[in-house]
Parts: sequence; structure tokens; C-alpha cells
Amino acid sequence: MGEIRAYAALAGGKWRSMLSYRASFAAEMLSNVGATVLDVTTVFVLFRATAQIGGFTLAQAILMTGLTAFGFVLADMTVGNIDDLKRYVRTGQLDTMLTRPLPVLPQLVFTDLPLRKLLRLVFGATIYGIALAANDIDWTPARVVLAAVVPVGAAFFFGAIFVLTASFAFWWVESGEIGNGFTYGGRDFTSYPITVYSNWFRDLFAYTLGFGFVSYQPALALLGRTDPLGLPAWAGYVSPLVALPAVAIATAVWRVGIRHYRSTGS
Amino acid sequence: MDRIGASVLTISPGRPFRASLTTFGALVWSGFRRYATYRQATIAGSFTNIVFGFLRCYVLLAVAAGAVGNRPAGYDVEQLATYVWVGQGLLAVTGMWGWAELADRIRTGDIASDLLRPVPPVVSYLAADLGRALHGVLTRFLGPVLVGLLFFPLVTPQRWQTVPLFVLSVLLAVVGCFGCRFLINATAYWLQDARGPQMLWTLGSGVLAGLYFPLRLLPEWLTVTLWVATPLPGLLQTPLDVLVERDPPALQAGLVALQAIWAVLLIWLATVVQRRAERKLVVQGG
Amino acid sequence: MIQMRELRKDFTVRVKAGRLRREKRTVSAVDGIDLTIEPGEMVGYIGPNGAGKSTTLKMLTGVLSPSSGEVSVFGLTPVPQRTRLALRIGVVFGQRSQLWWDLPLGESFRLLRHIYRVPAAEHEARLRRCRGLLDLDAFLDTPVRQLSLGQRMRGELTAALLHGPRVLFLDEPTIGLDVVSKQAVRSFLAELGASGDVTLVLTTHDLADIERLCDRLVVIDHGRVVHDGTIEALHARYGSRRSLVVELDEPLPPGFTLPGASVTGVEADGHRVTFALDGSSSGAAVAALVAVASVRDLSVVEPDIEDVVARLYQAG
Repeated sequence: MGEIRAYAALAGGKWRSMLSYRASFAAEMLSNVGATVLDVTTVFVLFRATAQIGGFTLAQAILMTGLTAFGFVLADMTVGNIDDLKRYVRTGQLDTMLTRPLPVLPQLVFTDLPLRKLLRLVFGATIYGIALAANDIDWTPARVVLAAVVPVGAAFFFGAIFVLTASFAFWWVESGEIGNGFTYGGRDFTSYPITVYSNWFRDLFAYTLGFGFVSYQPALALLGRTDPLGLPAWAGYVSPLVALPAVAIATAVWRVGIRHYRSTGS
Repeated sequence: MDRIGASVLTISPGRPFRASLTTFGALVWSGFRRYATYRQATIAGSFTNIVFGFLRCYVLLAVAAGAVGNRPAGYDVEQLATYVWVGQGLLAVTGMWGWAELADRIRTGDIASDLLRPVPPVVSYLAADLGRALHGVLTRFLGPVLVGLLFFPLVTPQRWQTVPLFVLSVLLAVVGCFGCRFLINATAYWLQDARGPQMLWTLGSGVLAGLYFPLRLLPEWLTVTLWVATPLPGLLQTPLDVLVERDPPALQAGLVALQAIWAVLLIWLATVVQRRAERKLVVQGG
Repeated sequence: MIQMRELRKDFTVRVKAGRLRREKRTVSAVDGIDLTIEPGEMVGYIGPNGAGKSTTLKMLTGVLSPSSGEVSVFGLTPVPQRTRLALRIGVVFGQRSQLWWDLPLGESFRLLRHIYRVPAAEHEARLRRCRGLLDLDAFLDTPVRQLSLGQRMRGELTAALLHGPRVLFLDEPTIGLDVVSKQAVRSFLAELGASGDVTLVLTTHDLADIERLCDRLVVIDHGRVVHDGTIEALHARYGSRRSLVVELDEPLPPGFTLPGASVTGVEADGHRVTFALDGSSSGAAVAALVAVASVRDLSVVEPDIEDVVARLYQAG
């Protein structure tokens, strides 16, 4: 209970800090939602040149884009700023966090809660809703549950990727933009049907790193389409579970990272 | 007096051209050297450019597979792949994002010490940026282009004038991009903090320069408007179109000329804005 | 209350060896420290840059884990019991801030109350005391980013004390401060220490901090304790003595000796004589001198601690 109040206080502090730069906050909010609008617009623009991409129509592709946009923003709005860990390590500000009576990860998350992404969340959810309506989905109870669970699963998965890539900073402070390749890169990867990628690239991102289960497989299950790449139909229904190992791995790596930081103090 | 003056880097109309050129060269070199120290950032940045190269390339090739004659917006498969990979390399050469040095110096007041130097700020920042771009050509440009060559069929230019025109076009893109960024940063003279304009720039520049998709996929009226009314296509799409020989030679030369007009206009605007800002600083004391 | 036994901290550093090769080398930042600090003590921790002061402080506060040896604070082992320990200690890192940069100072205090789960009444009482002693009222509503360094440090001290810690760790609390702010910080800490309910452990480069505040001085060099005791003990050990400077109407007779002191300098044709005192009291020597000579002026000069410490570092 006390901890919850502490985190609420941290989030409140971030909120009031934001309000001291109202104009910037508004601009950030707009440009954030703008970025997602552009991602979605890009899909529409590409479909001007072709009726199908990777064997999927515009409506079907938008379902994947919308799922990704919604799930990604959920993660980005909560743990997205963990990316700043590099700065905390470099400036030694992490030491200050370590002298407070709260675990470091939630402390970092709530201290730097990216509230400016709120509008983006609304937009992501809207696109997902429109995509669900635009496709002729045969609504069974299982699909209703799936449609509700998938964005949450995607959010946990992307959240894990955020934490995992941010943890690089414990070993390599100058890791710079490398994390972006997996976080934003992962988002771009899952915005399109994975049939567009070549085999090795798909094996790596979709099946080894797990990004294929974020939007592609669940979208197939919702649409009732068989997977041209050969996975069985039930794969789509269980794919949100991919978030579990991802979260477990991210937590473990984070812990090892903190321990490493404490032994090197770099 | 003369002896002191000679030891200070000076660029001014009264000085002999050669001395000014030496000074400019020294400033370019300092920009180059400064970026050469960020070796790890260079590696990290190249890695990320390469990942995004794969993502964009596969998607565009999938579009080509479904397009009429496999030529979306008039590009064939090799042209598209070249467009993507050389574009990923050029991104770091023009340095489209992440430059906030001027805005930071304005915010902290350090800009005052720039004004004390005998070289006008627009010139010294431009020189340093050319040095940065040169470093980008030698490091960040090569990675994505090599990976692209390894994994995808890329085009080889057929016309003799393509390569020199491409080099000129890249130079103009660097200057034009610098001009845009200088103007965005300079809003901090009036807004205290350029974060808002910075964000809008980051948001709009990528898509309107043709990074996410070639602008010719848009309706033609929109494409033409963007090209003529904004400098943005000149920051990425023009050099790429030149390299993949998307248009006949005369049109290509015309596009580069358009780029040049924009580059000159932007630098002139930057100079005017800087002069206004300096007057404001002197009169109002910041 | 604070115990360190055979405490060590090794770092692996990579050093360039040739063009591409890097060699790993182990450096002991803290090389076997044994220390016990009792409640109510005020301990000054000094040493040259890189001697291991901050590393020790980080191991005491749970930021860094020791390579070997034991450390306990209130019977807690800092790293595994970090969050419990954090509720009972206060930490000020002079060059880092725990305040919210964009918020008014008072807001930071309010946030810290929630983070440390301090009952409102206790929080109010402690804050009122700090406001009085540190003159915070003038800038309580100012965003931290607009505070001067001195004002900010006063804010940091308050922030570290609001949850009523029994130990306060301070890493370079006066670094970069102007003279007036240094005085304010020192008098505040002196008052805090005098009350006896807070144990102070501070590292510093400014020996005036130590002279003003600490009854115990720990000198560390190359990761080892080279002195532990009072400032007087340090002087006694390194033979630094107080001196007595007298101005005389007439030079002293040849062969003159003073009990408990020896002549170290004669100036101005014998009209100014400097004696080094053997003991700590100058009374006997002054009395003996006044009995035989006509003294125009007299002063007792304290030994310079900077000199002693400089010699100590060089010896190490």
C-alpha cells in the first residue's frame, strides 16, 4: 500500500514537471501521436501501389498495424523511458535511486513516466478498433477473448524488449541507439505481415526473438486464415503467452545487470 | 594589432580569400575530429541503420511484388533496394536528427561566446557540420551500403554523369539539411527552448524527405508540391533518385538545381535569422 | 553501529596495451578496511582523489557490493537489505541531486515524504526544523533548476534528513560552494552532530570541514586506512607542533632555553623568536618567558593540517 502511494507520488512529480513546460508538453504530445499517424499512413500509401502486400489486403494488414500500434504504445507509455538508463548510469544518478527505499526498476519507470504518449495510446486503440470492424471477423467467444488479450500480451512483450535492451547499458554505457533496432525495429517488423520478410530474417525476428507472435499469428486467428507459413491455427490463440518467457528473461537480465552495476560501479 | 589578428581564425569580407578558406578548412577538420571520437556511437548507429534497412527494404520489395509490372512509382526492384540502403547510409551523412547544439547553447547562454568569435556563427557551424558529414561518409555511410550489396541486388549507374551529379546532390543535401536544422535550433532565440519545433522537425522530416517510402508513391500533385514548395525532398529523395537514375538526365539536373536553390535560400535565411537574433540579444540582453 | 571488516573492493579496468590489445588489470579501490563507528560519532573521511573514499561510502549505502569482507550498518548488510537500510540512513552525494529538477523545492520534499512513507506530522516537524536552521523559506517555491549551488545543497541536506535517519552519509557536501554557503552547511551539520542523535560520516577535500565538524579523522590512501583518530593525535603522530611567536623589546640572552619548547627561528635581529611547543599547553612556556624578557607581543600558531595531510599522502 505504502509502495503504491510512493509510486503515485513519483508519477505525480513527473506530471507536475511536465506542466512546467506546457508548450513543450503539448508539442511532444502532438508529435508523438503524429508519429503513429505517419506509421499508419505509410501503410495506406504503400497500398496505393498494390492490392496486396505479402498476400494480405489493406484491411488485414491494418489489423496487424493496429494491434502493434496499440500494444506498443501501451508498453511505450509505461516503460518506454527506461531507455534513459544509459543516462542514469553515465551521470551516476542511478546511485541516488539505489539509496532510496524502493526497487530500482519501478522507481525508474514511475520517475520518468512518458505521459506525453497518452494521445498516441488513444490513436492506437482507435486504429485497432477500426481494423477489427473493417475485417469480416467471425466472432466466437474465443476470438472475443483473444481480441482483448492480444494488445495486453503485445504490451508485456514490448515492455520486456524495452527493459531488455535498456539493460545493455549496464555492460555498455555507450550502447546508443542499438536498443532502438529491437524496440522500434520490432514495432516496424510487427506492423506488416511477416510473409514479406526473407526466410532467415523472419526466422530470426519472428520465431527466435518472438516478434511473430505479437501481431501476425493472433491476427491470423482473428481473421480465421490459415498460416501460409505453416503454423497451426491454434498457434494464434496461444501466442499472447510469448509475453511470459519474454518478461521472465527481461527480469532476469535486469537483475544480473543491476548486480553487475553494483560490482563495477561503472 | 596585426600580429594578434593573424593568429585568430577570421572569416570576413575584408580578409584575403585564401586565409578565409584555410580557416574554414580548419573548422571543417575540427568537426570531423570531434565525431571521430564517438567510435562506439558510430557502431551502434550503423547497427540500427542496418536493421531498419532490412525492414524497409523487405516491405518495399513486397510492395513491388504486387505492383503493376513490379514497378511501384516507376522504380524496379533493384532501384528500390538501392533507394533503401543508400538512403539508410545517407541518413547519417545529412545528420537529419538529433542536432540540438545551437539550441542548447542559446538556452544556457553559451551562445554569447560564439558571438565574440571573429567567424559568423552560421559559417562556423556549417563548417563543423561539413566535417561531421565527411566523417559520416567515411564511417556510417559504408555499413548499410555494404550490407545492402551483400543481401540485395543493387543498381549500377549507367550514365557517366550520374556519379558526379550524385556527389553534388549529397553535398547540397548536407547543406540544405544543415540550413533546416539551424533554423529549427534558432527558434530557441525566441522560444527559449526549441524542443517543440525540434520534435515537429523529427516527426515531419523523415517522411517528407522520402525516408519511409519514396515520395512518388503519393498522388502526383502532392509530390510536385512537396518538391517545389519545401526543401525536404532535397534532403534525401533527390540524391537517391539521382543515383538510381529514376528520371531522364535533364530532369535529374533540374531536380539538383532545385535542390541548390533551396540550399542557398536556407543558408541565406539562416544568416538573416541569426543577424536578427544577434540584434535582439544586444538590445534586450538575451 | 557501522562495522567494516577486511572490506575490499576490486575493479577490473582495461588498459590499452598496444594498438588494439587491451589488458585487464585489477585495481583495489578499497584494500582491506577495518573500521567501527559508534552512534553519535562525527567521522571525517579524507584522502587524495581515487583513494577509495566514495567507494567505501557506496558500499556502506548499498550502492556497491564489496568484493570481499564484511560490512554492516545497524546490523543490516547493505546490498541485500538495501531498501530496509535506505529507510534508516540519509545520503547526500555532493555532485548528484535527489531533488526534482523542474519542481519547486518544497514539492521535492513532499514527494520524498511519500517515497520514505513518513507520517505527516513527523515530516512537518523535521521540515520546520530544517527550514529554520537552513533558511529555506526564501526559495522553497523556486524550481530546483533555478537554485544556486549553495541553496541546492541546503535543499539536499533537508531532503536527506526528512525521514529521520540515524546516520547521515555525506560525499563532498561542500564541494563547489561559496564561502558563505560552506559556513551555513558546516554550522548546520555541527548543530546536527551536537544534538547527538545523528551519526555523521563525511568525505571531503576541504580540511576546514573536518576541523570544524569531526572529532574523528580517518585518512585513507590507496584503499587503506593510514590514520584513525583525533586531529590532535594526527599532529602528535606526525610531529607537527604548535608554535609560539614572540616579539621582544630586547634580544634574548645567548644560551637561553625555555622548558617544554625549542627555538625554531630568530628574525629581525633577535626581536622576533619562534618556539615550537612540545606539549599542547602554552601556559608554562609563556609564564617562563615573561619572567625573563620584556614581551611586546605574542601569538600561538596552530599547526597547519593541510601540511600534515600533504605529508601523509606523500608518505603513502
